[in-house]
Amino acid sequence: MTARAVPMARHETDWVGIFFAVVLTLVIIFPLIVVATWSVANVWRYPAVIPQEFGLRYWHMTLARADMWTSITTSITLSLVVTALSALICLPAAYAFARMEFPARSFLFFSFIAGQAFPKFGLLVAIAGIFLQLQLIGSFWGVVLIQLVGTLLLMIWIPVAAFQNVDRRMEEAARDVGAGPLRVFRSITLPQAGPTIAAAILLTFVNTFYETEGAWLIGAPGVRTMPVQMIFVINNQPVIQLGAVLSVLLWVPSIFALIFARRVIGSGSFARGFGA
Amino acid sequence: MAQLEITDVSKVFPGGTVAVDRFSLKVADGELVCLLGPSGSGKSTLLRMVGGFERPSSGVIAIDGEDVTRVPPERRPTGMVFQSHALWSHMNVFRNLAFGLKLRRLPKDEIRRRVEAVLELVGLAGYGARQTNQLSGGQQQRVALARSLVLEPKILLLDEPFASLDQHLRERLREEVRDIQQRLKITTLFVTHGQDEALALADRIVVMRDGRTEQVGSPDMVYREPATPFVAGFIGTMNLVEGRVAGGRFERGGFGVPVPVADGPVTIAVRPEALGIAPSDGAASHVHRVTDYGTHAIVDIELADGTRVKAMVREARDWRAGQGVALKPEAFAAYRDDAVVHRG
Repeated sequence: MTARAVPMARHETDWVGIFFAVVLTLVIIFPLIVVATWSVANVWRYPAVIPQEFGLRYWHMTLARADMWTSITTSITLSLVVTALSALICLPAAYAFARMEFPARSFLFFSFIAGQAFPKFGLLVAIAGIFLQLQLIGSFWGVVLIQLVGTLLLMIWIPVAAFQNVDRRMEEAARDVGAGPLRVFRSITLPQAGPTIAAAILLTFVNTFYETEGAWLIGAPGVRTMPVQMIFVINNQPVIQLGAVLSVLLWVPSIFALIFARRVIGSGSFARGFGA
Repeated sequence: MAQLEITDVSKVFPGGTVAVDRFSLKVADGELVCLLGPSGSGKSTLLRMVGGFERPSSGVIAIDGEDVTRVPPERRPTGMVFQSHALWSHMNVFRNLAFGLKLRRLPKDEIRRRVEAVLELVGLAGYGARQTNQLSGGQQQRVALARSLVLEPKILLLDEPFASLDQHLRERLREEVRDIQQRLKITTLFVTHGQDEALALADRIVVMRDGRTEQVGSPDMVYREPATPFVAGFIGTMNLVEGRVAGGRFERGGFGVPVPVADGPVTIAVRPEALGIAPSDGAASHVHRVTDYGTHAIVDIELADGTRVKAMVREARDWRAGQGVALKPEAFAAYRDDAVVHRG
């Protein structure tokens, strides 16, 4: 009998994958590094590769402005209110779309995509005309309403997928052991769909925080969110550092969202929400 | 201990599909009845109606004489074990079992005692802290069974509980379920499309077809005296030979039996183990193939007209392909218009 050596499994390096990963990282990370550097550059003149003088001068200038703090407060309040209202309205609707049969169900479901399928600015101008008559222009609730429209797609479609992914047998098993429909929803359906719904809420919050067109068209001049404030500041004082400081400030919710998503929700929930 | 009574129950789904058609059955205290039938025969729909997950279009379901037809599942004294286990993956084993007890507002000590007792019963003592995704398929099914048993339901409903398990595990769990059922003397309705499972488990078998009862009887009776050609063909292996009776005798391709009924078409059913064969050089029938199963062998025989029948023999080596055989049916049934007209 002869013994044959068993070849060891070779670890093959995926160079194509690595190439794309590096390119993607550079495309995403490089502009962020440049903006972050600008925000702490007191002096940075061509052709220097790095700033001639680092410092927090423009941070002090920005944060010393009262209207800046007002815009930060407005943005956070607005995003929280819009997200809460959106959840309140859309989650029951999503459950109905996922679990119930009613006339024109498919038509209504796909109608939520209409807001994203056509040029948004035209739609906003038309809505602004109506809001003008209702005296909602320049009001906080006017901006809430316009931003709510923008959240419908995310807050309906993702939770619908989440509810559809919950195994009905699990709900039936809960009823079988004595839980009524509401208890089943609270103890089984919601915890099962929870991570994906949390992902939808998070994305809604972040999208609302960054929403500019609606907030500008309906809110100005009375309501200034952070992105709108950024436009005003840059238009009035075309200083790169000020724009950079405002950009970095705008990253804060995204960074929190990413940490939250990674720790609490898990990246799989985002994927499941989009049907993966 | 409880009785289940199903009277004239029908289920018609929107669109007109009749899933269950005027079905009636009485299940006695502590009895285990298997609903057996092919896919689409209505057995799962019937079970779901007993569990309260489907509402009958007509008819009455009563437990211990009390009409529960319109009672929602959460208020029925039934416990259902699902094919897919349906364990709640966001709860550990203990919480899965304790959920129903908490809904009944039992004291914590009592909940713990009952959960531990039922885990012991299903052979999973000490598994309470495990997450359900850390369990094997068999363990998950045991937890699903325990989740129903811990509530001490009057009627236990099992919907193809072993369908997703491998053969070896299925056989083991089947024995365990039977032991537990007999120990607790719990009235049980068990849905399966596996004839082996039904024959091994049931006190009585209900063979269903197109939403109707085809035959009800003990496993032995259903196996040995199938009431219709469908039951004959569905339970175990059966040779079904169609042909005509003329002058009190059925003949086809060298296969002949006396059938003392009026002339006309019949179907002859004979089990492979009841089909005696003997070597015969001049016979019109011959061996087509021999399959050795170790404990026995199956001889495939081709009749003179090309019809194939199977005979069970003890030794494969006694037979070879091409060999002429004479057929001697030792027990058979003749069917006409879906009913037995003669047993020989």
